[in-house]
Parts: sequence; structure tokens; C-alpha cells
Amino acid sequence: MELTRLTIKEIHEGLLNKEFSAIELTKAYLDKIKKEDGKIHSFLSLCEETAISQAKKVDEMIFTGREIPLLAGVPMAVKDIILVKDIKCTAASRILENYIAPYDATCIKRLKEQGVVILGKTNLDEFAMGSSTENSAFGPTKNPRDLSRVPGGSSGGSAAAVAADLCCFALGTDTGGSIRQPASFCGIVGLKPTYGAVSRYGLIAFASSLDQIGPMTKSVEDSKIVFDVIKGRDPLDSTSVGFQFLDFELRISDLVIGVPKEYFIEGTDPKVVELIKKAIKKYEEKGAKIQEISLPHTEYALPCYYIIAPSEASANLARYDGIKYGLSDAEAKDLMDVYLQTRGKGFGEEVRRRIMLGTYALSAGYYEAYYVRAQKVRTLIKRDFIEAFKKVDVILSPTAPTIAFKLGERAKDPLQMYLSDIFTVSVNLAELPAISIPCGEVEGLPVGLQIIGKPFQEEKILKVAEIFEKG
Amino acid sequence: MIKKEEVHHVAQLARLGLTEKEIEKMQKDLSSILDYIEKLKEVDISNVDFFLSSANLRNVMREDEAKEKTKVKKEKLLELAPDIKEGYLKTKQIL
Repeated sequence: MELTRLTIKEIHEGLLNKEFSAIELTKAYLDKIKKEDGKIHSFLSLCEETAISQAKKVDEMIFTGREIPLLAGVPMAVKDIILVKDIKCTAASRILENYIAPYDATCIKRLKEQGVVILGKTNLDEFAMGSSTENSAFGPTKNPRDLSRVPGGSSGGSAAAVAADLCCFALGTDTGGSIRQPASFCGIVGLKPTYGAVSRYGLIAFASSLDQIGPMTKSVEDSKIVFDVIKGRDPLDSTSVGFQFLDFELRISDLVIGVPKEYFIEGTDPKVVELIKKAIKKYEEKGAKIQEISLPHTEYALPCYYIIAPSEASANLARYDGIKYGLSDAEAKDLMDVYLQTRGKGFGEEVRRRIMLGTYALSAGYYEAYYVRAQKVRTLIKRDFIEAFKKVDVILSPTAPTIAFKLGERAKDPLQMYLSDIFTVSVNLAELPAISIPCGEVEGLPVGLQIIGKPFQEEKILKVAEIFEKG
Repeated sequence: MIKKEEVHHVAQLARLGLTEKEIEKMQKDLSSILDYIEKLKEVDISNVDFFLSSANLRNVMREDEAKEKTKVKKEKLLELAPDIKEGYLKTKQIL
């Protein structure tokens, strides 16, 4: 039995039936990481000692005959932008290179209560800004399916770790597609919850009206299990919402699937389009109704996102000032110099670019023309989805316009890089839930199908995803 | 094309110390991104209220009570500071 290929339920059964111990499972993963992650570089840091002690506690519970939660003993990885107490948290930035998290994020606290084993922190684009993980201050992660290609971003480390069986599941974050696009590029399942479904307490903030933490897993069922634990109201995050999973029977003959005509335009790899159309056909063969819909403001989603996200980022990253924590320029001659040198040297190029863009868009004389206008366009994008969801239950699209591109291919052209998010950003702007599931391959590389749902209908999109997964 | 003085000004506002070479590259990058963003001017926003939000938004309130952190937690946070003195964060002269 390949321990590192098991799903959550398989691990749970295996532990209960004493086929292997939690320590054996954790060690199997740690060994695999040491053997194979050198060439992939999905992990930035490993928590060997704490992982083994977490596994030991689970084995003790099993030995004394106590019941263990479903996630007990399951080894996971955490994107290095989510705080895990007493473990370094860098956001893949030099400005936080030696920062040790003083507390657990709420999602981590909830997962720890279920007995998970945390193997380590995974690589990302610095401060979650990027679509390839090439913006990490500590080197890129490679796509396990083709080491000359990117794993996607910004949650590239998490996606690669799950795809390469270096963990059972991982947590990622998604602000403009950063869970779904790497899931698509690496061939795994990635869920971006509804805005507010998962607490952001303990998440290093990028764009506060767009960020969400979500599971990256090997199967849709695993995604549901993890989401169930991390979701829900948290008094420490006033934007978090309490809600219950609807328990319902999904009758595929009642399902109306929307296909947005604006999502099937030039620029998308025709082989990717073919696979998506095949997937849609499959649902139709099973009895679902397919309906063409229009999301007329689709072409404005990217420019809208690239005003709003950097604007919020410029405010959120103002805290990295060399005073309270993180890098501080020791040679600075006065206070202004502390700020200028710490930030000028501590932040990478893309982060500096986005801070500049955001600062410009919010500055006197430009605020109305850029930020206010972008917020109004955002409202129109939200309205497009509200209208569409009056006629359909879920919306299907490609997750990304291409398969994973080669390392270095887009790194020089920021705009080219931004275009990888074309199908994912609208979803964050509209605060909706969406999942990416593997739906085939082009030239040996994975392609993701995106399923978008109404707010707080994660249960529905998970069920729709499962229908495809089960064939 | 965004002017170089504007790039300098914004960098100062953002407290980012950029070299001359970085300022030049930033000027090019920002100009091309801002050109792309010009697209937003095509949209008719005359009927849209600023921050028209979904009907579900409401303010979340809590009691105005301070919850003081334990000494251990405070120390943990102060440990992270680059420079402290007698329990305070030390900075360069402000006044």
C-alpha cells in the first residue's frame, strides 16, 4: 500500500484497522519529501519534530481505544502565508524571512483540534501576488508533472505538494485564482469558498475584500471534509459568516448548467476549450440542462481586479515598516530611511509594483478615476452573476486559458502573467464559491474545469464536481 | 505614459526606496498596466451607487470591551520587534 497516495477516509480506515500507525504515515511523507522535494521545491520549511509529536498523540489515542476524528493523523501542508504558531511564516518574502508566528490562524486551530499532522509550510508567490510561484523570494516551485513548467500560483507550493503526494492535502489561499489556477495546472482539486465562509484570522492579508483560504486536495470528497472543518463564523474575523451545509439530494435532471459565452473567446488554447466542451457534454448526457448565458462585463474583470487588489494591498502591506516585526534596515539614518530601505529592499519586484499601482490609484487626484470607478464596475460584475444565477444553478468554464506554461516564459511581462487569471478573477470580485477539478490533459499536462456556484452553495458545487469525478 | 516625477512621488507616498534604475522600470511597467486599465473607462457607471452592496451586508457589532493579552502573549509579540526597550518598541527619532 502506497501510504502517500491515500485519501483522508482511506487514512482513517487504515489507522482504525491498525494497518499502519500515524507515525509510520507521517514518516513515509517526511521521507518522500526529503527524497523528492529537492527538485520540486514545494516546501519552504518542514516541521519534523512537531509533526512526529502530533502523530504520536494520535497513535496514543488509537492505542487507548479512544475514538479519533476523521482528520486525525492526516498529514497536511500549509501555504506559508497562514500562521502556524511557533513556526516561521515568511509569505515567501525577505521582509518576513525570520518571522516566527506568535499564534495559530483560526483555520489551523480548527484543524489541530481534529488531530491533523502539519508537515510544513509551502512555497508561494510573495505575499500571494502572482500566478506562477516565480515571485517567491526563495526560488520557484516546479510543476511535478513537468519540472520545466510552473505549478501555477500563488499557491504553487501547496498544489505541487498535493500533486506529488508529498502531503495528503494542503491549505491554499485565493484572491484572484490562486487556489484554482495552480490546482488546474497540477491536476488536483482546489476549492475557493464564498467570501466570508472561512475566517481570515491568521492569514497574512493581501486584499481584504477578496482573500479566502481553501483546501487543495486529491479528491472532491477530501475537499468537502477539510472545508467542513475550517468553515464558519469566527468572532476574530467580523467578515466571516456562520452557515450550515445544506443536506440535499442533487438530482442531475433538475440541474441547469450555465455556460458563459464570453468565456469561450480567442486567447484560450483550443485544446483546452475542447476538453471543457467534452466535460459539459458529459453532464448533458447524464441529464443536466445546458444553457448559454451572458456575463457582459467579463472583459472588465481583469482591469477591475488590477485596481482593487493592489489598492487594498498597498494598505495591507503598509504594516511592514521595520518597527514591529520583520526585516528592519540596520543602517538607516533616520525614520524615513528605515521605511524606505526596509521596504525597498525587503519587498520583491512584483510586490513593489502592486504597492505602487495601488498607492497611485488611491492617491489624491486619481481616487475617483481609478478606485471608485473600479468598485462600481465590480458592482456591475456582481450583478451579471446575480442575473445569470436566476436562470442557472451553477456555471462551468475553463479554470485557466492554457496548460502550465514554462518557467520564465511570462515572468518578464507582468500583463501576460495577469492574463492567466482571466477566468478566475470575476469569481473573487463577485464573492462566489468555485472549485477547479481535473478534466483531462493536453500534451500530457492537466486541465482544470471550473464550477462556480451561488454564495454559500459550496455543497452544491462539490456535488456537481463529484458527479464528473465519479465519471 | 506616467511621468517620472509622479513615480518618485508615489514611491515616496508608499515609503518604497527605489534606485533610479528601478524607478525607470517602474515607470515603464506602471504605464503599460495603466494603459490596459484605461479599458474601464468604457463602462457606463452612471447608474451605479458607490459601494452598492448586496442586501446581506450589515454591521457586525461587539461589546466595547478591551481584552488584555496575557503577559506571555505580550512577550511573544515583543520578541518579534527589531528593537525594544523596557517593554516598548524602540524607533528612530520622530520629533
